[in-house]
Amino acid sequence: MHDDPHPHYLTPSYGSTVLRAPSQSLVRPAFDPEAIELVDPVYGHQPVGSLDHDLTRQHEGEPIGERIVVTGKVLDTRGRAVPNTLVELWQANATGRYAHPVDQHPAPLDPNFTGAGRCLTDAEGNYRFVTIKPGAYPWRNHHNAWRPAHIHFSVFGTAFTQRLVTQMYFPGDPLFAYDPIFQSVPDPKDRERLVCAFDMDVTEPEWALGYRWDIVLGATPFEEE
Amino acid sequence: MLTPSQTVGPFYGHALPYAEGPFVVPEDHPDAIELHGRVTDGAGEPVPDALLEICQPGLFGRCATEADGSYRFRTARPDVYIPVLVFARGLLKPVWTRAYLTDEAPFLAQVDPLRRSTLVASPSGERSYRFDIRMQGEGETVFLDHAGYADPAS
Repeated sequence: MHDDPHPHYLTPSYGSTVLRAPSQSLVRPAFDPEAIELVDPVYGHQPVGSLDHDLTRQHEGEPIGERIVVTGKVLDTRGRAVPNTLVELWQANATGRYAHPVDQHPAPLDPNFTGAGRCLTDAEGNYRFVTIKPGAYPWRNHHNAWRPAHIHFSVFGTAFTQRLVTQMYFPGDPLFAYDPIFQSVPDPKDRERLVCAFDMDVTEPEWALGYRWDIVLGATPFEEE
Repeated sequence: MLTPSQTVGPFYGHALPYAEGPFVVPEDHPDAIELHGRVTDGAGEPVPDALLEICQPGLFGRCATEADGSYRFRTARPDVYIPVLVFARGLLKPVWTRAYLTDEAPFLAQVDPLRRSTLVASPSGERSYRFDIRMQGEGETVFLDHAGYADPAS
């Protein structure tokens, strides 16, 4: 059986799904090794800069907040590393405010924090970011709704079908039980795959707390034949 | 095993779009075409915070929708179709579709004839094609299941 950990499109507790979830069944194309969806996405814009992975060094001063290192591997379902693939990340600042004009949460912006970064995985599939821990923030989904602290991730892989956009959460957040987006993942064991682990080996003395989080993409069919 | 998907949310605008994203090939590319349209929801309202990605051999494009739900790519004329991936607030996982420039292709024959036309972009001028995406309801775009592609154990 196919192990599908993903949320259902229609998740009424998350109000924005109600008018955006497809109502018809998805159509599964017959397998075609020539399908364009299986090409390796050539991500064409500017090369990744040497500081793009460090969200604390994008401005003149340092951002306010708890400095953290977030690292891990990008893997396929067989546990094989996905090297040289683009990982993009974005997040709110330490007060829970995004540097985005649509965000009207009345919490301070930080002039030293934009909250966007990217990097390529190395030959062993490792990525590594330096950032600050994002704050929780309110949203208008329901009365007194708050998002648990999270970092958004976008990952490419080696076929367009592996494309993944998701969110990484922090261990033990008391808001998990109240968050319809976290809870949209049907199986609690799969939800745990969205939570990073505090790691003393990643933690750097007198500098930053360390968290580890691996990202597992679907396999590509060529390799399975 | 797989990492579950979560929504792109409303606040990716400072992170994911980039200036060249919609311009996949140069204007003077011999096979340049424009692929444009609108993304609308189940009430027919524009989806102003969708992010579209297209992928062709050697090419990749990314375009965020405008306030009226519109998007516009300049890309290379495909052999048969262009895969289109849509992310948005309210989509806990993206939807996949295909913009065909012809109505004769093997996959289209598999699709319910009443819905087939949602996969076919219509000419809208010289080297320009319109491809609207309706997330839900009347005229709902055919969305594809690539789960079997990603994991043939299914």
